[in-house]
Amino acid sequence: MTGILEAIRAALPSAGVELLQNPSPCAQHSLIVCPKDARAVAEFLRNSLGYDFCSNVSGVDWPARKVKETIVRKETVEGVETEVKETVEREIPGFLEAVYHVFSISKRSGVLTLRVRTGNRTDDVSIPSLTPVWKSADFQEREAYDLFGIRFDGHPDLRRILMWDEFADHPMRKDYNPPDDFEYEPTPHDEILVKVKARTEAA
Amino acid sequence: MSYLPSLAPSRTIDVSLGPQHPSTHGVFRMNVTLDGETVTKLQPVFGYLHRNHEKIAEGNSWLAAMPYTDRLDYICPLTNNWAYALAVEKLAGIEVAERAEYIRVITAELTRLQNHVAFLGFVLGDMGAWGTALMYAFREREKILDLFEALTGARMMCNYMRFGGCRCDLPAGWIESARKLVDGFPAFLDEMEALLTGNEILLARLQGIAPLTAKRAINGGLSGPVLRAAGVDQDIRKVDNYGIYNRFKFRVPRGSVGDCYDRFMIRILEARESVEILKQAIAAIPEGPVVNPKAKQRGFRPPAGEAYGRIEGPKGELGFYLISDGSDRPYRFRIRPPSLINLTLLEELCLGTKIADVMVILGSIDIVLGEVDR
Repeated sequence: MTGILEAIRAALPSAGVELLQNPSPCAQHSLIVCPKDARAVAEFLRNSLGYDFCSNVSGVDWPARKVKETIVRKETVEGVETEVKETVEREIPGFLEAVYHVFSISKRSGVLTLRVRTGNRTDDVSIPSLTPVWKSADFQEREAYDLFGIRFDGHPDLRRILMWDEFADHPMRKDYNPPDDFEYEPTPHDEILVKVKARTEAA
Repeated sequence: MSYLPSLAPSRTIDVSLGPQHPSTHGVFRMNVTLDGETVTKLQPVFGYLHRNHEKIAEGNSWLAAMPYTDRLDYICPLTNNWAYALAVEKLAGIEVAERAEYIRVITAELTRLQNHVAFLGFVLGDMGAWGTALMYAFREREKILDLFEALTGARMMCNYMRFGGCRCDLPAGWIESARKLVDGFPAFLDEMEALLTGNEILLARLQGIAPLTAKRAINGGLSGPVLRAAGVDQDIRKVDNYGIYNRFKFRVPRGSVGDCYDRFMIRILEARESVEILKQAIAAIPEGPVVNPKAKQRGFRPPAGEAYGRIEGPKGELGFYLISDGSDRPYRFRIRPPSLINLTLLEELCLGTKIADVMVILGSIDIVLGEVDR
């Protein structure tokens, strides 16, 4: 993974790419790519490093969360230096993330995980689409748009794929509240009931 | 100069194929634009069977997601189980019991056999050979489902794999019945081939229809038999060597032009290789526990982290991407559905073909809607 990171940095010096460690025993580390460079990095991976097969595209929702951290700080009280432990709460702002699992069929490589993150979860949710690089991302990016609300700029046909077109929310978000009845719709019957009620109250 | 009266300007017709259509293999819909009988546009419409499996899994414990995986590709529940168990084992670093590895290979290859056999029946149905081929195919498939029922208690909703192994040991005499079935299977494949592969109508309906180049297939993310039919040497059993596949000798068949005929034949060839794997696995299965005693099932909490695990399912690369935050339920549970992603190039394959071929092309890709819509 570090070899790939170095190759990207050598070829695209201005690209924002970072390594994210994965603490799991499988040690599938991933590369966080800055949205503005995502297309260039993907093209470099496909054309120069042989990563021709984009297997899986997955949206992930990370709402804003608070992390408690213990900071050890040295303090001099009345001439004696002591270590003071302090718990600080730090808030990590929320964002959405598209995770790409890429393989090289020609080189029979292991998995390469790319992560592209949006600015926040509300108005800055656009990241460039990688469908022009890997056609296989087509339906899966539509799915991430549908279920998570990530907008993929440059996608040829960004529509809802699994939910119906009139559906308004993004159901895979962590703060999504499902309605009590998905199939509820006001019917003439209900309108009549309201009218009857109004009439009886007036009488 | 033509002496025929000038034809009226041609008008295209929009046809909605499905969702209730006998040849769409479930509730799949295609909005097709036709110029005469030629397809000029095709738009797949998904979601009729969507129940947001991924959200359901995020609200349940790690183990409770296992029976839901049966409902993905309901033709092949045991490979779905294995893919999920494999991803969790990668995530938490669990070792699998030796005997369970063999049971997994045996059940997975039996699943592949019955999937490919069912495919033969379905695709013949798409070509108009209604019923007959399907009956022969389902007769064989039913024998394998009987084995599954004896082992797991269910024909299709098996819920059999566990983290680090399998739920229960093989019942008495199971291996013997499996051996008998496997030994008799090549005879059935020969019979099927004798009836089908040289058939004039079958050749006319399959050869040269919707060819696909290897480069396009890779870029379109196709996997499994469809990718290999396009001539790509990619089999995850060989590439990843997951489970114990490196202990078995088998070949990876490949197509040359990637047309419907290659996609049809590759299933027969793969079934023959599966029979070879099964013979080796049945001969070598050791005694021992079927589940790693250290692996926790109920109240299981994998350490924080993430993993992507994939297997070579009968329909293609079936992957699970799991993120754990250290709690008793998955933070993110993503399924990489081969059936959905193999449809990426459906429009490209169908453009310019006749409407009757669309059904055959769709049939040759082999989808199950439980997995497409999840």
